[in-house]
Amino acid sequence: MKRVTLALTLALAAGLTAQAADAQTLKTVKDRGMLSCGVSQGLPGFSSPDDKGNWTGLDVDVCRAIAGAIFNDPTKVKYVPLSAKDRFTALQSGEVDVLSRNTTWTISRDTSLGANFTGVTYYDGQGFMVKKSLKVNSALELNSASVCVQTGTTTEQNLADYFKANNMKYEVIAFGTNDETVKAYEAGRCDVFTTDQSGLYANRLKLANPGDHMVLPEIISKEPLGPMVRHGDDQWFDIVKWTLFALITTEELGVTAKNVDEKTKQENPELKRVLGTDGNFGEQLGLSKDWVVRIVKAVGNYGEVFDRNVGAGSPLGISRGLNNLWNKGGLQYAPPIR
Amino acid sequence: MSIEARKPPPQIALKIRRVLGGKTGWNGIAVQFAFAAVLGWIAYEIVSNARANLENQHIAAGFGFLANNAGFDVNQTLISYTGSDTFLRVFLVGLLNTLVVSVVGIVFATVIGFIVALCRLSPNWLLARVGEIYVEIIRNLPLLFQILFWYLAVLAALPNPRQSISLLGIAFVSNRGLVIPRPIGESGFEAFLAVLALGIVASLALRIHARQALFQRGQMIRIWPYVLGLLFGLPLITMLVAGLPFSFELPQLKGFNFAGGSRIIPEFVALTLALSTYTAAFIAEIVRAGILSVHSGQMEAGSSLGLSRGTTLRLVVVPQAMRVIVPPLTNQYLNLTKNSSLAVAIGYPDLVSVFAGTSLSQTGQAIEIIAMTMGVYLLISLITSAVMSVYGWRVSRSLGA
Repeated sequence: MKRVTLALTLALAAGLTAQAADAQTLKTVKDRGMLSCGVSQGLPGFSSPDDKGNWTGLDVDVCRAIAGAIFNDPTKVKYVPLSAKDRFTALQSGEVDVLSRNTTWTISRDTSLGANFTGVTYYDGQGFMVKKSLKVNSALELNSASVCVQTGTTTEQNLADYFKANNMKYEVIAFGTNDETVKAYEAGRCDVFTTDQSGLYANRLKLANPGDHMVLPEIISKEPLGPMVRHGDDQWFDIVKWTLFALITTEELGVTAKNVDEKTKQENPELKRVLGTDGNFGEQLGLSKDWVVRIVKAVGNYGEVFDRNVGAGSPLGISRGLNNLWNKGGLQYAPPIR
Repeated sequence: MSIEARKPPPQIALKIRRVLGGKTGWNGIAVQFAFAAVLGWIAYEIVSNARANLENQHIAAGFGFLANNAGFDVNQTLISYTGSDTFLRVFLVGLLNTLVVSVVGIVFATVIGFIVALCRLSPNWLLARVGEIYVEIIRNLPLLFQILFWYLAVLAALPNPRQSISLLGIAFVSNRGLVIPRPIGESGFEAFLAVLALGIVASLALRIHARQALFQRGQMIRIWPYVLGLLFGLPLITMLVAGLPFSFELPQLKGFNFAGGSRIIPEFVALTLALSTYTAAFIAEIVRAGILSVHSGQMEAGSSLGLSRGTTLRLVVVPQAMRVIVPPLTNQYLNLTKNSSLAVAIGYPDLVSVFAGTSLSQTGQAIEIIAMTMGVYLLISLITSAVMSVYGWRVSRSLGA
């Protein structure tokens, strides 16, 4: 540990701390009394601050669920808004404990960034939005179009692949943040705005006349979005991973924020295991026995989180589709808690 | 050390200078070696610690990624580039985009700056106030704000491509940028270039000859008719003999956008406008200070010789003012180059945007990419400083200072 004194110099020079490699994330979070969570700079439905500065969204609820499991208090989260290009550096340097920022799981990100994806919170795909006045009905009619895109995303590469594969020309204009991209699209700098389809619906709400714009039917990529943690701390990796699984499992079992207390009293063996009245899986994770109860009390189950933020109960109104449970025609599946 | 009777009181600044200077002999050299060793040790620790941490976290390291395919496109490339080129190519594309916006910005900033400074110094009340208002408004607003203003103002003022403003049916202005016909070389192209080069060289030789005649024999030679003939007449005659050196590819509206022709994108226009007008406000003040630093007697001497105000400024005052102007002017050039990295806000593909932004995010190799980017900015700045130093040295020498 003779290098500890130099760690600070290094953090400034290289954005890496010695502590990041030392893998005591849970202890660090508990000592700090706060979970530091990397979120977007404002994407309605996933992570955006309201007029009072309170963060809401699907990605935000993941942070709240983790804070709930650790502290039994979902408000103990410090949100760090990150641009697409800064997000990985913030995670690598230890500035955030978990990156919950609509980030696509790819092999290169999983292997070369020194970080791991813990699961999929939202199955997405990249789409295109155009003005209705252009009278375009398919992405294949977009030859020679100008496309606005946010820099530092998989979107940029999918875009290049798609236009090349279909022998179409295009002009790309890449902006640093989501808001700048949307503003340029609205100002007429480009014909097309592209990002993950959920993002298109979310951003359409920000436009002056959402009705003048339409999302084209084509989905040109697989974009499984999920939270990331640093390499080298398996306990923390497990905590984040099983927090997601707990959200899905409780939806399967019909446990909601409202009925969770009632459910803990039932004599169903699976419910007893999951809710911690039987066994001590929570303690094995480094949390408490009632960790799932805490999570559900904090944010509800996955279905509730989805509906409240992006689904039927939200302005976005996105249908469950791929994000339904595995036994209801979707892809959301959790390994058993036993 | 011997004790002398009349020793001056100890001065810290003096001591430090003596320690670092050579006069103290072995002592100073030892201290310098120790200092260098400490610096070297810190650098070594930083590198080895970073390497160890990267290895622990399984983060890829090294410059091997530069040979990988980038897989994304860029909308302004001065050299040919497609998505299947390497990250090294992206680096070059971004670097050239940064250089072109810096050079064009510096030229415009200097011209505007000098004009505004002369306005402020003008005896004309209205001109002076206009110059003053320009300086006070522009230099007191944040640059990023001005870049966004120009971008959104430029975009808002322009129609979409289908309603683009046609200039004589060959060039078009729309919110996709300015499209102009692109020259394509034909058979007489080489001959044309050769003659043009010859004309430029001959004109320069003429100028040197004329200056020698002026300084050594006091003889004024009028060279501009010859220069005009060499630069325009000669190529024109070649064109008549050898045929047109190039034809033009006219832009045509196809689908969403113009196909063919060359295009200047609005991001470039907005960034150049913002950078040059902003820096010009500072340059104006530097030039004004420089001119005011020249004794007013020089101006009066010029008038008494019967020179007009403009001629006096050009031949007497400005050359002397340059000695004061050049060092802070260099600072402004460096600022402009570095400020061009704000381009990412409006989607201009400069080095920071495509390399330190997109490429960094695609590869995750922050240390290598940021180090390369910083190195490049340092290099550009050092070269600019060196060029300006040489210029400043020449100015001083020609004044016999």
